[in-house]
Amino acid sequence: MTNLRWKIVTVLAVFVIFFAVGPYPILAARYHLPAPGWLMDKQLKLGLDLKGGVHLVLRVQTEDALRLETDLESERLRDGLRTANIPANVVAINSTQFRVDGVPPGQDAAFRTAANEVQTNFDRSSGTNGTYTFTMKPNIQQNLRAEAVVQARQTIERRVNELGVTEPSITQQGNDQIMVQLPGVTDVERAKQIMGSPGLLELKIVERVAGTKEELLTNGQPPEGMEVLPGNGGAGDAGTMFYLVKRAAAVTGRDLRNARPSLDENNRPAVSFTLNTEGGRKFGKVSGENVGRQLAIILDGRVQSAPTLESRITTDGRISGSFTPEEVQNLSLILRSGALPATLSYLEERTIGPSLGADSIRSGVRASIAGLLLIVGFMLVYYKASGVNAVVALIFNLVILLGLMAYIGAVMTLPGIAGFVLTMGIGVDSSVLIFERIKEELEAQRGVRAAINAGFSRVFWTLMDTHIAALISCAFLFQFGTGPIRGFALTLVIGLASNLFTSIFVSKTIFEMELASRRQAATISI
Amino acid sequence: MHIFKNTTFDFLRWRWHAIGLSWIIIIAGVVTLATKGIPKGVEFAGGTVVIERYEQAVSVQQIREALDRNYPGGGQNTVVQAFGDPSAHMVMIRVPQVGSEEGASLSVEAQKVEDALDKANLGKRSREGAEIVGATVGKELTQKGILATVLSLVGILFYLAFRFQFSFGVGAVVATIHDLLITLAFLAFFRYDMSLNVIAAILTMTGFSTNDTIVIFDRIRENLRGMRRDSMHHVINASINQTLTRTVITSGTALLTALALFFFGGEVLHGFAFTMVVGIITGTYSSVFIAAAIVSLWRGTAPTRAAAHAPATAGAAPAQQPQRKQKPQRKARAS
Repeated sequence: MTNLRWKIVTVLAVFVIFFAVGPYPILAARYHLPAPGWLMDKQLKLGLDLKGGVHLVLRVQTEDALRLETDLESERLRDGLRTANIPANVVAINSTQFRVDGVPPGQDAAFRTAANEVQTNFDRSSGTNGTYTFTMKPNIQQNLRAEAVVQARQTIERRVNELGVTEPSITQQGNDQIMVQLPGVTDVERAKQIMGSPGLLELKIVERVAGTKEELLTNGQPPEGMEVLPGNGGAGDAGTMFYLVKRAAAVTGRDLRNARPSLDENNRPAVSFTLNTEGGRKFGKVSGENVGRQLAIILDGRVQSAPTLESRITTDGRISGSFTPEEVQNLSLILRSGALPATLSYLEERTIGPSLGADSIRSGVRASIAGLLLIVGFMLVYYKASGVNAVVALIFNLVILLGLMAYIGAVMTLPGIAGFVLTMGIGVDSSVLIFERIKEELEAQRGVRAAINAGFSRVFWTLMDTHIAALISCAFLFQFGTGPIRGFALTLVIGLASNLFTSIFVSKTIFEMELASRRQAATISI
Repeated sequence: MHIFKNTTFDFLRWRWHAIGLSWIIIIAGVVTLATKGIPKGVEFAGGTVVIERYEQAVSVQQIREALDRNYPGGGQNTVVQAFGDPSAHMVMIRVPQVGSEEGASLSVEAQKVEDALDKANLGKRSREGAEIVGATVGKELTQKGILATVLSLVGILFYLAFRFQFSFGVGAVVATIHDLLITLAFLAFFRYDMSLNVIAAILTMTGFSTNDTIVIFDRIRENLRGMRRDSMHHVINASINQTLTRTVITSGTALLTALALFFFGGEVLHGFAFTMVVGIITGTYSSVFIAAAIVSLWRGTAPTRAAAHAPATAGAAPAQQPQRKQKPQRKARAS
């Protein structure tokens, strides 16, 4: 008897706890019932397909990060060779390789000393006629790629936070993909623009300016270590001008402390920036050495303006160009949150209007309730009083499922609802299995108590087998599936666990209560 | 109350008919798929879908004309459909193209569609939803989906081989593959788009079907202990008959839920619910007619123990059917 009492207490406690975590906050939010804040925070969250918002999948072009590293290292080697007076050319091959041509045989030893600087990240192989090929080490490549994705994710996170989106979700997917979910956002274009702008600010001293690209090239190539960038014309609207600048930047956006919208001397929108101490020191040195020359302010590979340096400048600067006030807002936001380590490409874009999501929920819930009522009606007619037991088990199941999902912070999506439906189906199946078995045992002329016990114990392994098999397939779906399929698998795993508990423990306890309430149990309504 | 009481249907007798029927449907499905291809949703095929909500009623014809006139690049493959509740004045426009995956240009086609609509002056509209998927996503999704499905089937095969016998694992997996193929065939016949929701439904129904199959197998295993003198053929038939009420109730209630989803679930869940309805029917059918038949074919119709002339005696088992096809008897491998 005490045994049964404890079982009843356990069953009630489980129900109360899961009801409080799962369905209660949803009801409270809907009907304005009192509920503590921490409980409301745990409320089951809806996925984007139900709530509305923007869903984006981006790929980080990790090649870019490799190319940047290769550029930097080849630039360092070039400087090293110049200091050591070795007349050799450094030529880029691809994103992970560069080549040194024409090292004089006599200076081989000196070259090796200079090359040892870059030796940590690159493998060196020698060819004929003083040619050396440098290839980035595979583990360095891998690290750089991984770092680039992490940095890109963090940058996007900062930018999204600056946008002020509530509860965004930014997660890495696979090796180089980032999934961004912005609930409640409908202006995709702005979101994309802000997330995807490289936001790379570079300050470089201008070597020469010309109207066409060709004028700046020698033999169709820019001079060694230099590059030609397009840009806005200097005074007035002179069309596109071309600027010859060093490849390596004097100062980059990495040295930026702050950026804010402001106005330039002609009262046009501009962005003012402040460099940090380190950046200020570097900038001061470069500007001091180059007074009277032009400084190119380069944003994402395009020269925005190239003012002449009047004096030595340390920490403050301004980007002006033909910006609209809105562009200036976006640009300051982008600069503040730092540059992306690599460019992004968009693989997938999905917008769900809030009313479309609401429609899906409404129809989904309506259909689920209709299905539930049909099942409840059938169980009550077919199993009579015992049908109540099955209905209680079903409700228990749903309450536990909702509660657990809310507790672990799972998100409810459309495929998640599919998992719900399957859970309901398997729950009903468990009840049917048990009840049919009890009926069979009753027909075999067993007593009611014996029939119930036999029914539960015989079906136990059937239930275990069906549930474990389903769990196994869920495990694989979760491991190898993509977003929505994982949601489905997760819902189902939780549903399977709660179903085992309700059909084996709760159902049995209810039967035992019924038996205990009667002195002599000769019949049972099933 | 009983739906079926002590039935003695000889299910295995119909196994060749069942297998034949399944092959016909599967082959018809394969032919449909081969000639018309799988209709893929944008998630898999890549492309652009926009859903526009108008303030007043706009006919599909008007939209199509507007696109033909103002969006020449869209080609003939543009699909225009009314979407959702007619009172909401929503249309869905699907274009196979997307912009390049470089930079932010993925959505240029969506922009072109909207520009074309605005040019036609059909009234005030707002973008209700959009789905723009680049070409590489679908490939990855398909690969991962197939990998996940294959591995989960292998997992089930091993679990059942471990808990039952290898032949049972084969039976369950063949039945599940059978259900997948039949469902794909019906999706092909009725031209439903293969979308992520449909995939979720297919996974749901394979879960159901495996569940169904295991319940029957479980009864076979139990009966093999009690009916040692009977042939496998007989044991299987008895087991299916004993679980028949449960099979019908479970599938019936599941079918009710799926039908409720189909009729009340709204536009978004339509493909999902259709797949569920087909899946539940074929899943039940395969559990009864295919899964156990595979087990019996794999093992042969030998008796479970030597000397199988004695009629059934165990439990409330139905009277033995006259056995029609009995192979030369040999020792069964296990019980």
